[in-house]
Amino acid sequence: MTGIDLRRLSKRYGDDVAVDGLDRRIPPGRITALLGPSGCGKTTTLKLIGGLIPATEGTVDFDGQNMAGVTAERREAVMVFQDHLLFPYLTVGENVGFGLRMRGVGRRVRRGQVDTMLERVGLPGLADRRPQELSGGQRQRVALARALIIDPRVLLLDEPLTNLDPHLRDGMRELILEVQRDLQVTTVVVTHDQEEATVLADRVALLFDGRLAQVGTPRDLHDRPATASVARFLGSPNVLAGIRRGERVATPVGELTVPHGALTDGPVQVVIRPEAVVVAPSGGPNIVHGTVRAVRDLGARARLVVDVEAASITLDARPDALLALAVGSEVSLRLPAESLWAMPADHAAPDGGVGIDHEHAAAPARPSTDVPESPPPESPPIDRRSRTDIRRP
Amino acid sequence: MASSRQLMAEPTRVAAPASAGRHPGDAAGRAWLRRVVVALLLVTLLLPLLPLAVSSVGQGYFFPQVVPETIGLRALRLILAPGAETWPALIDTVVLAGTVTLVALVIALPAGRALGLYRFRGRHTVEFLLLAPVLVPPIAVAIGLHGALLRVGLTGSMAGVVLVHLVPVLPYVVLVLAGTFANLDPDYEAQARSLGAGPVAVFRTVTLPAIAPGLATAAFFGFLVSWGQYALTLVIGGGQVVTLPILLFASASGGDTAVTSALAIFTAAPALLLLAVNAWAVTGRAVPIGGVR
Repeated sequence: MTGIDLRRLSKRYGDDVAVDGLDRRIPPGRITALLGPSGCGKTTTLKLIGGLIPATEGTVDFDGQNMAGVTAERREAVMVFQDHLLFPYLTVGENVGFGLRMRGVGRRVRRGQVDTMLERVGLPGLADRRPQELSGGQRQRVALARALIIDPRVLLLDEPLTNLDPHLRDGMRELILEVQRDLQVTTVVVTHDQEEATVLADRVALLFDGRLAQVGTPRDLHDRPATASVARFLGSPNVLAGIRRGERVATPVGELTVPHGALTDGPVQVVIRPEAVVVAPSGGPNIVHGTVRAVRDLGARARLVVDVEAASITLDARPDALLALAVGSEVSLRLPAESLWAMPADHAAPDGGVGIDHEHAAAPARPSTDVPESPPPESPPIDRRSRTDIRRP
Repeated sequence: MASSRQLMAEPTRVAAPASAGRHPGDAAGRAWLRRVVVALLLVTLLLPLLPLAVSSVGQGYFFPQVVPETIGLRALRLILAPGAETWPALIDTVVLAGTVTLVALVIALPAGRALGLYRFRGRHTVEFLLLAPVLVPPIAVAIGLHGALLRVGLTGSMAGVVLVHLVPVLPYVVLVLAGTFANLDPDYEAQARSLGAGPVAVFRTVTLPAIAPGLATAAFFGFLVSWGQYALTLVIGGGQVVTLPILLFASASGGDTAVTSALAIFTAAPALLLLAVNAWAVTGRAVPIGGVR
């Protein structure tokens, strides 16, 4: 099992900073997710670990050994690209056996291992097919088999589920979890999807603009976001600016009891996940009253946007409870104290308290780049031109 | 669902087969039209050779006559005789064009890759400079280069002629390869490296199969452009390097029409043969390299 250390790892293309001083240990034998919006430098980081592009600054260490002088083909860190990238003029079997062939393994031995590996990923007997004859899901499995057959030190997966139809994702996800558990290979998964990161990874590193915004278990990020940007990226539009005095925080929707998170008196930001808000409560603390602005049917659940004073609260719940509510009707909400989380206030003035429109936040300079847990600047996860494309930077 | 990436971007097809199924008449008409176009192309390519063929076997064949008075194989016997100077000239021409093509490919592979795959400042300037020799009359280039090559003692040698042939050959070869590389997805090469392939293995297993049709076309262009050079060979070769075009021009100024015609056919034939082989190779074999569809 190989532990990876990123030491002040940076990658710049001209003036474009793709990865900005990543300093982090990736634990051996586990799955770590690199999560972030597109263009945040996740795939670039993966390619840096795999040695496919040179770092501008900093190093990647495998088990304490500097990999700077070790070329991609000798790193034993195999990348599985988002689009499977099977070689079209080789058969499925030849694709899977490619790495063994490059290591001088004979044809007979190779064939045996290829058959075993294809069976392992649930595609027995397909060795003589052409990649063109396979479905998208099958191709992705072949790509995984091709990476695993050489028993790599590090497995690098770039958006392994993104290009699959929804009904194929569960199978692929289970397969990844299963083989990873069996082989105990140190795995780094890049994804822009929070759910994917949550189900696949033991630890999640959230990347904004090439910098670590927060590192922790999926549960940490979900329940205890470090900053408002993290909270918003992970699907909590309910970020309220407030002033803390003891247990109580004065917010635009009223005074709330917030026992968790940033406990110093003064300006804070309070977040609550949409699914934690209770509609029409029977009683208790932290009750606010508002007017229904919008009702949205999302299928498995429904979403309600409620104007409360100068701000608004978004909440998700079972559709039967919410769809009966008319736009403009009065409604009471409870913001359970155990679900409220206080974060240090951003340097920039927050936008009127509630951030559905988080596009306008300012981006002040970050004081330090090597302490990932410290709050990063307000950097909204807006889509940016991908910098990982070497062909058209 | 997002469409799959391909190792090589698929070239757009000219004929749209989408409606072929619905209107069988249209499909038949289109096939017929294609046959006519191909026939016209062949006629325009081959028709100029017909008068050459006629005059090559003519004896006492003068201006107002449409066909020669007497037919004879004198000219052909002369140029195909075992001791004729056409044979060493043929060998020289093949060796010269082959060497020039090889050298051009070695230079053009990295150049074409850079021009095709990367966006960099000054790319258009480089492209223009590459094309510049094609825009300037070869005789001007030849005379200009003659002085330079004279100083380094390369005139009158095969090496000097190879060098000077590269001037008109490289633009074609580089630009064809640039177009080929523009369709290559470099992540496939990264994937191969990641799986343990060294630079040579990556080229052999991924790059070469992908660019093979483009490489064949580039080599074909390079070979033919070198094959047809006259002015550059004459000026730099200084009579020491005798290729088929040199013989042909010498004969043309000599006045024996039959021999000149026979030589012209002899010079053109290998090129036509190569054209046929290349057309077959590019259209016939390019399909499996087109990637996943």
